[in-house]
Amino acid sequence: MKNRAERQPLPLMLLCWGFVLIWLITAAFPFLWTLWGSFKVEADFFSYADWMNAVTGTRTIQQTGSAFTGAGYEGAWVEQRFWLAVINTAIVTVCVVVISLTIGTLGGYALARSGFRYTFWILIAALIFRAMPHVTLVSGYLLPFFQLNIWGYLPTTIIVLVAINQPFTLWMLHSFFLSIPKDLDESAMVDGCTRFQAFRLVIIPVMWPGVVTTGLFSFLLAYNDFTVTSMLLTQENQTMVPKIASFLGTVQAENKVMYAVAAVVSAMGPLFVLVLFFQRQIVSGLTAGAVKG
Amino acid sequence: MRHRTFFAFILPSLVVMLLFIALPILSVAYQSLFIEHEQAMTAVETCDPFGCKTELRVDAAAMEALREAEPMGKFNGLGTYANSSHLAFDELAAIWRDSPSLGVAFTRMLNLPLYKALSFTLAYTFIVTPLVIITGFFIALGVNAIPGLIKGPVIFFSLLPMIVTPLIGSLVLFWMIDSNGILGASLQRLLGDPSLTLKASPTLTWTVLMVYGVWHSAPFSFIVYYAGLQSVPKDTLESAMIDGASRWERVRYVIIPHLLPLTTFIALMQLMDNFRVLEPIVGFSAAANATSLSYLIYNDLRGAETPLFGSAGATSMLTICGVIILLSPVLLRTWRDFNRKTH
Repeated sequence: MKNRAERQPLPLMLLCWGFVLIWLITAAFPFLWTLWGSFKVEADFFSYADWMNAVTGTRTIQQTGSAFTGAGYEGAWVEQRFWLAVINTAIVTVCVVVISLTIGTLGGYALARSGFRYTFWILIAALIFRAMPHVTLVSGYLLPFFQLNIWGYLPTTIIVLVAINQPFTLWMLHSFFLSIPKDLDESAMVDGCTRFQAFRLVIIPVMWPGVVTTGLFSFLLAYNDFTVTSMLLTQENQTMVPKIASFLGTVQAENKVMYAVAAVVSAMGPLFVLVLFFQRQIVSGLTAGAVKG
Repeated sequence: MRHRTFFAFILPSLVVMLLFIALPILSVAYQSLFIEHEQAMTAVETCDPFGCKTELRVDAAAMEALREAEPMGKFNGLGTYANSSHLAFDELAAIWRDSPSLGVAFTRMLNLPLYKALSFTLAYTFIVTPLVIITGFFIALGVNAIPGLIKGPVIFFSLLPMIVTPLIGSLVLFWMIDSNGILGASLQRLLGDPSLTLKASPTLTWTVLMVYGVWHSAPFSFIVYYAGLQSVPKDTLESAMIDGASRWERVRYVIIPHLLPLTTFIALMQLMDNFRVLEPIVGFSAAANATSLSYLIYNDLRGAETPLFGSAGATSMLTICGVIILLSPVLLRTWRDFNRKTH
């Protein structure tokens, strides 16, 4: 039975429902609309005369003979070589997640287990680093990278993304490690483990939820990055987001804007799947910093 | 943990941060003191049947040699900071002298590139952040009141605007609000103004960018507040009710104080993220009506034929100063807490 404090009068209930419903439409409608529209021709999706055209696909039927067309996807993936960007994105995100978790768990563990004064300063420095706009850092990379001749390659971008990721990863893993009792690794060390063995054999197995959550956020940062990838990669090495940004101008001029729409929907796909499967971890990750930090 | 073990564990992470975050900041500071070489000109005499004339041409070989000798460019001291596309001291002085009133002076000042960008960045930061906090709070209250079964799907859809890449999210909204898109066309019809487009109207551009900002970040504050609501002490709520507190009074005096620490956290995160706003300006192609500090740097590096490292460096340094001013209340408080703890 519901307790009295939680029972709501009808008008308030309706207000809550109404508000949530409006928010849901605001949050979801743009994506559903673009997903639907990506299978139409440009004259329908950008129909000045009547937006119902995009729903019924009047022009799409006139031009292609059926109400749905994959022309945008074909143009983006084949003609604009979007598949190459997808492969690059896969390489970059996987490497970034693996490297930042490896060095991040080591660092986060050390920060959580030592009570030295400088631990505090390292965390504060990480916070300041976290606040630096990425584009200011990138403007510092470009010239040295040109001179060292390492500009434009995927490994350079990967290591830069790992570094930019590190302050956040450290903070998050630090707070996850704090929630694991100290006795666990101390008893392992009493039993004869070295510090590293205690970390690898005792702490990491119980840390998996925290590692997975942090990994998700590292993935999101690498996948969603625009500033670093758009400035540090050559045309062939571009990942999805800068690729879309760079062919946006050309396709708009050539009346092939549907290519960009299709590419955008393609890039959204993996994110949807991610939220679908890892909703719980994302929610716990967002709140970890707030509740514990 | 001994010092040696501590450093062995944290070394890789520390090295990466120093090399790619701390060092670039120094490199930016150094870069900002230089400007690009002027074009080296040589006089070339060309003769044809009608006579000879000399003209100036860019001497590619000399330029190459110059770049080889001084790869950073020409030393300019603090000149880049003072020039017209940055702090613009001369222009400010002229405006101060010539303007009939303070209002006019202010409008003229906002036409200077750096001040224009600064005004949008600050407006964006300080309008979007409170709106995100308020919107997220009310969504959390609303979702908390609906039955548990549909909370999962609601949270799924709520997360989407935040998870989706900022550039992609802004493109999705841009295509809808563009004059041919569903919202743009409807808006024109609704207001009876067929000339209303993002390109033509600065007000609309600013509004749309800020709406995008709230749309993108509200899920974050919603999730944090929603998690906070689960831990509101039930007995305090009940005793407040026994004392005769109305529904609103319970929200005001029990729930809001309970969520206050979370608000500080959200505000801090949002201030940091909103201050670096860049992707929406690219996505909405809004640079004509609204630029941000980050966009100025991006444009210096990408827009020009050769990247303007000096100019980008100067703007970067000014942006970093901005970030430090923005963070200083937090840093000061942590510093005081830390001192209180250790003494």
